[in-house]
Amino acid sequence: MSELLLKAENITKTFPGVKALDKVNFDLRAGEVHVLFGENGAGKSTLTKVLAGSYLPDEGAIYLRGQKMAFRNPYDARSRGVSAVYQEFSLVPKLTVVENLFLGRELTKRGFLDKEAMLKQARESLDDLGFDLDPMAKVGGLKRAERQMVEITKAFQGKMSVLILDEPTASLSDKEVIRLFELIVRLKGEGVGIIYISHRIDELKKVGDRISVLRDGRNVATLDMAEADEEKLISLMTGRDYEEIFPVIETTPGKVVLEVQNLATATGLHDISFQVRQGEILGIAGLVGAGKSRVGRALYGLEKITGGTVIMEGYAVEEPTPITSLKLGVMYFPADRHKEGLVLCRSVRENQTLAALPLFEKKGFIDLKREESTVRGIVKKMNVRPGRIHGAINNLSGGNQQKVMLSRGLTREVKLFIFDEASCGIDVGAKREVYLFLKEQAEKGAAVIFISSELTEVLHLSHNIVVMHAGTVAKSMPGLGATEEDVLSACFGYDYQNICNNGNGSRTGGSVAKSIEG
Amino acid sequence: MDLLKRIFVKVGVLPFLLVALVILFSLAEHRFMSMSNLLNVGRQTTYLAIVTAGQMLTILCAGFDLSVGSSVALTSIVTSMVMVSVADPTTAMVLGILAGIGTATLVGLANGITIAVFRVSPFVVTLGMLSVAHGLALLISSGVPIFNMPEQLNTILGLGRVWGIPVPVLVALAIVALIWLLLSRTRVGRYFYALGGNREAARLSGIAVRKYTALAYVLCGTLTGITGVMLTARVASGEPNLGANLPLESIAAAVIGGVSLRGGEGSIIGAIFGAILIVTIRNGMDLMNISSYLQMVVMGCLLIFAVVMDQFRLSMKGR
Repeated sequence: MSELLLKAENITKTFPGVKALDKVNFDLRAGEVHVLFGENGAGKSTLTKVLAGSYLPDEGAIYLRGQKMAFRNPYDARSRGVSAVYQEFSLVPKLTVVENLFLGRELTKRGFLDKEAMLKQARESLDDLGFDLDPMAKVGGLKRAERQMVEITKAFQGKMSVLILDEPTASLSDKEVIRLFELIVRLKGEGVGIIYISHRIDELKKVGDRISVLRDGRNVATLDMAEADEEKLISLMTGRDYEEIFPVIETTPGKVVLEVQNLATATGLHDISFQVRQGEILGIAGLVGAGKSRVGRALYGLEKITGGTVIMEGYAVEEPTPITSLKLGVMYFPADRHKEGLVLCRSVRENQTLAALPLFEKKGFIDLKREESTVRGIVKKMNVRPGRIHGAINNLSGGNQQKVMLSRGLTREVKLFIFDEASCGIDVGAKREVYLFLKEQAEKGAAVIFISSELTEVLHLSHNIVVMHAGTVAKSMPGLGATEEDVLSACFGYDYQNICNNGNGSRTGGSVAKSIEG
Repeated sequence: MDLLKRIFVKVGVLPFLLVALVILFSLAEHRFMSMSNLLNVGRQTTYLAIVTAGQMLTILCAGFDLSVGSSVALTSIVTSMVMVSVADPTTAMVLGILAGIGTATLVGLANGITIAVFRVSPFVVTLGMLSVAHGLALLISSGVPIFNMPEQLNTILGLGRVWGIPVPVLVALAIVALIWLLLSRTRVGRYFYALGGNREAARLSGIAVRKYTALAYVLCGTLTGITGVMLTARVASGEPNLGANLPLESIAAAVIGGVSLRGGEGSIIGAIFGAILIVTIRNGMDLMNISSYLQMVVMGCLLIFAVVMDQFRLSMKGR
């Protein structure tokens, strides 16, 4: 067994209202890839941030090569060989690639910046990693994948013993992914220990040596990769079986509610066609940046539509706005409930009825009694806790906030729901309730568009699946029988690997997916 | 101690200040607590209270209006010039009042459209309008006050009483009641709070964000116009320099009264108590013979203090 590189003992980290990490133990050996696995909010990112010096743990100790460490900040950690590449970028958009790479540790000559030396070094590191990037380009003008390359290059500079990669493949193309994996192999050979976060089980199996599963801030298991299969990982991750989390949603598709033909937007979506029927859930999957969110936004009127037709119940929608969309019975729930969903300083009650206030009016005034009784009914039904309807909503937990936002759909008649990342950042219990909400709406006959980055939920909830890649529909398939591999291949925009043929078809028994060219 | 903290987090620094000041002034100056002085405070408060009610609406929508003072001056000039040019006193008064309030409403409309439709910051727009409106008032009046207005204006609107209550106080009470209804019982009020609290969330909820933002400034303009007319009636002349303190005092009153400058939070009752506090301070300082220059210093400090407290309150709330 190789040398123990990094060891974290009993790490506890509390944020206001949440125990993000609860006595977590974790270790990393030289030359291994140790995967962190868990749901959003399980504490993976918090743990890596503690290890890389961004957060100070409340309790616990970190040992690097047996020596106790207390990193004051990420620079401190980096100078001791611990580097991290996060999902959110730590780049300054207005600066160039070189300036970003050397931010905070600029090379100087006689007190002035030594631009030539920095440019030369930057070129070398980019070439070394095989990234085709202009070091003089402004980061703000780069594509998401390119920014990720800069981020990775930044971490790879200098001497390194521990590298943390948080969802590194989220926006890379297939070629870039292969190159990244080659790099990882090379670094392992050099004795670097890598902490790797990803949701993609097949990808983990390829690169990982060991895997730790986090749930609700606790390390529930650390296994050798060989022992870990999908079903086991999922049940460890969620603490339940599939069937317990994902309700079975019956469908008897009715008439077509929404028909989209060759939709194009000013933000780069093109040739998008699909339809949704009454009582049907259409899942939209895709990598970050593939455009799945933009589809929902465009349909609701938040992005300019430049081409194609959108037909809502036989009525051609020209230039939708949130106001006209709501009138047509379309309701959209944004991915970022804090930024776009809720008015955090206002009460549960006001947030809930915000999109339906005119319906509560009597002679120009709001009928407060009727409003209150409606809100109380919904709060009870959606199991929002605490059930006080006059308290400001920012005192509620994420899951309860999400439920309040979704319950707007119960205050007025909705024919088409568009959910964007509806289960993002909430705990399993709340997720289950969100899914039940979805189920109820669909079974009552509403059409549902369910946009999500979590593959498992798209696979389990959707009656039809549309996979987005590079701003367009890469593949459409029926939800029943679709496997993770089918969807992933389409996500990456190429035939990922024909696993379905040689694998035993995991839980759904092989692929019956039919590919329709988008 | 815990109770005090809860009061602070809930309603802000206002109750503490008000209690402290009343004690301070009544100890320092025996005339302060006299009935006639308290009535005086009440009457003086009315003007600031109406402007503060308007100011509050724009602050709820995460903006503010620096042009309220100039708008009062412009209203005063327009009202008095119209009144002077019409012979029949009753017609003159009606036309003058309508013209004055109309002018201020137009100023508000211009503010509102520029801010809401072109998305220019309220700071820049209303700062510009401050200069525009004051400039216009000086231009039209050549910088000199306008006299010879119908006497009834002063005797009724300025000094008149109904059921023993001064007319300005009645007008202010009616306006406060209306604004209270608007904010707590109509969709307009809810939308003001919502779009001030989170503009994007309001937009996604199908609220015509631009329309309602503009409406807040229009209403602020109208209320400012009413104040302008009433002040003109009080001083019985058209004054191109009326209301210079109002922007600062109305913003300070609202913020001290718990209306958050970030938008989306605050009540009309709090804002009115804020106005009462400011008038009380002014009155107390007058009685204590504190120079008006020093009073300016105090008012400025008070505004800054109120905002600091607001920020502090936010951080306590977060915990």
